[in-house]
Amino acid sequence: MWDYSDKVKEYFFNPKNVGVLADANAIGEVGAIACGDALKLMLKIDPVTQVIADARFQTFGCGSAIASSSAVTEMIIGKSIDDALKITNADIADFLGGLPPEKMHCSVMGYEALQAAIAKYRGEEWEDDHEEGALICKCFGVDAGVIERAVRINKLTTPEQVTFYTKAGGGCLTCFEQVEELLARVNADMVEEGTIAAAQAYRVGSVDPRSLKAKPRVNGAANGAVKSPGVAPNGKTAAPKQVPPRPTTAADTGGKLTLLQKIKLIEGAVEELRPYLRQDGGDCELVDVDGNSVTVKLSGACIGCQMASVTIAGVQERLVQKLGLPLRVIPVR
Amino acid sequence: MVQRAKIPMKPVYFDNNATTRVDARVVEAMLPFFTEQFGNPSSMHAFGADVSAAVNCARGELQSLLGAEHDHEIVFTSGGTESDNAAILSALEANPRRREIVTSAVEHPAVLALCAWLEKNKGVRVHVIPVDAKGRLDLDAYAAALSDRVAIVSIMWANNETGTIFPVCQLADKAKAVGALFHTDAVQAVGKIPMDLKSTAIDMLSLSGHKLHAPKGIGALYVRRGVRFRPQMKGGHQERGRRAGTENTPGIIALGKAAALATVSVAQVNTRVRGLRDRLEQGLVRRIGHCFVTGDPENRLANTANVAFEYIEGEGILLLLNKEGIAASSGSACTSGSLESSHVLRAMNVPYTAAHGAIRFSLSRDSTDDEVDHVLAVMPDIVDKLRGISPFWSKEGAPQAFDPAYA
Repeated sequence: MWDYSDKVKEYFFNPKNVGVLADANAIGEVGAIACGDALKLMLKIDPVTQVIADARFQTFGCGSAIASSSAVTEMIIGKSIDDALKITNADIADFLGGLPPEKMHCSVMGYEALQAAIAKYRGEEWEDDHEEGALICKCFGVDAGVIERAVRINKLTTPEQVTFYTKAGGGCLTCFEQVEELLARVNADMVEEGTIAAAQAYRVGSVDPRSLKAKPRVNGAANGAVKSPGVAPNGKTAAPKQVPPRPTTAADTGGKLTLLQKIKLIEGAVEELRPYLRQDGGDCELVDVDGNSVTVKLSGACIGCQMASVTIAGVQERLVQKLGLPLRVIPVR
Repeated sequence: MVQRAKIPMKPVYFDNNATTRVDARVVEAMLPFFTEQFGNPSSMHAFGADVSAAVNCARGELQSLLGAEHDHEIVFTSGGTESDNAAILSALEANPRRREIVTSAVEHPAVLALCAWLEKNKGVRVHVIPVDAKGRLDLDAYAAALSDRVAIVSIMWANNETGTIFPVCQLADKAKAVGALFHTDAVQAVGKIPMDLKSTAIDMLSLSGHKLHAPKGIGALYVRRGVRFRPQMKGGHQERGRRAGTENTPGIIALGKAAALATVSVAQVNTRVRGLRDRLEQGLVRRIGHCFVTGDPENRLANTANVAFEYIEGEGILLLLNKEGIAASSGSACTSGSLESSHVLRAMNVPYTAAHGAIRFSLSRDSTDDEVDHVLAVMPDIVDKLRGISPFWSKEGAPQAFDPAYA
């Protein structure tokens, strides 16, 4: 059975705003019965204020599809259509307290129906960029469509780059061979299309996945460097909070630091990290510094996140870089 | 953290094709083999000899359940998947000049995934025999695929999703006529269908303990006397050199006991349990419109009911059933980790309006009348609730016009 959050269960067992909205003036329909899920989102938009006065839905699909649809209606009622358009599928998943990676497409369906409804209301053509394909990376919920697009747009030619751009393969590495095969296939197509040279194209087997784990990572965005927290494939989805790339001017720590200097530096570094964590709905504050042990408190979306240990490892890596000292970051509740 | 659904009555476990409860008598029989009877059956001393005798006794029980001619035709393994792999790989290795396999479109992944791998990596040609809308094997296609190039035929005895039974004895005769080995994955059939292997042409048969009230992690492969066998697990001399590795003695004792119990209960499954299943199935179809039974109603496992409910998706049904304390399963895409809908229902061309809403109820000798009543009482409301949410359903019962943006 899927590990659904309590909020997903609540929205599935007692969905809000179900049914037909008789006086709807914007309707978004996505999915198909053959695919196993479909959503009809009906909105009543005030033509003067451009505010969504009411929303209803009808969904054919699994529990999380029904919960995501209901969540969308709850999120948009009372919002202007401009604000509603800013809602992403990740916002829908967050609203529900996270979705298993295999179920993220349910939030995408909600997002697409909303985009389609508003586009239709405005008389615009809506093009879906629906990602299709098998789920490759179960740690971070990345499917084949996302990887293929990233490889094509960014002309990626190594599995490591794929991890940097999509996170796929950044966790347990059991999907490495699938990533590798997909990359080789897409690269071969790209050679044929003339977008990359034949010599650049990736060939299966030319990277040893064991070296990916061992290599110290300078690029903060690579989660592959960090010990995998052993995510269950059906665990709650939650990407690790991305630690930003190393700043161009690393703090010059000079010689020996006084305790106060050290604390101030650590504090500064933690403060610099917080905006990035907040972007993903999390937060982190400095609690204590004792010798080389730095105690921090994670909060918000970081709580209960299976990727929290990856985040902590990223924070630690960042502090070590900044201070040039062997520090250990310890999370407290 | 995880909030358990409130269970109003004793839970109803109707998912016995997934796994069964270990019988209390089986647990009792196996426990001493963790403690006093811990010996290695290969040892010379009394600790070993006693266990060795018990293992052979278990082998004898399984022999009688299967109707095998000799007890040494039973090779204990870790379960159905290992047995399937061992049978097919052995057949190819022992018959190097034959490079083809015949199987069906509705086999378990333990067979289908192996065949796909052999096709991709070993250049083996695989004939996948299609089924009709009731899940019955296309016998003409089967006959056409057989030739002296076929090393092994692997066709399941009964399908796990629909319960449809294949005429394996007949199929085995035809395979024998072209000199091919015949293997059957009988994981779902053993203990539910009376068997007498010695009177058939079946060469190999796979079974799994946990489908017949023994624990997980134990199974067996029947290998007819005289069939050339090449062990896949290399090592010690255990199981007459056909499956190396120290025996899982508690598991083997458990499987022996479970086999002894099944020899008796197989009649009950085909009478009392069949009656429960029929009442459940007919009750559902009568009370709920726009639903139908999948599989071959004439030729099915007595414990399995697979009912497809139109215009709704299976996972929602399972979640709502779970809330009522009822465990069943679904071939729908959304309940499997893979996001692919059931290959069995797809092979049967079940209309897509219903395939996603197919629910399998699989009963066992533990099932009762009260449990059937409880399911019949809650299912109509569950289906109504989900149809009320579905954009494909209208109050009149006919599907409403709904044509979404992409397919």
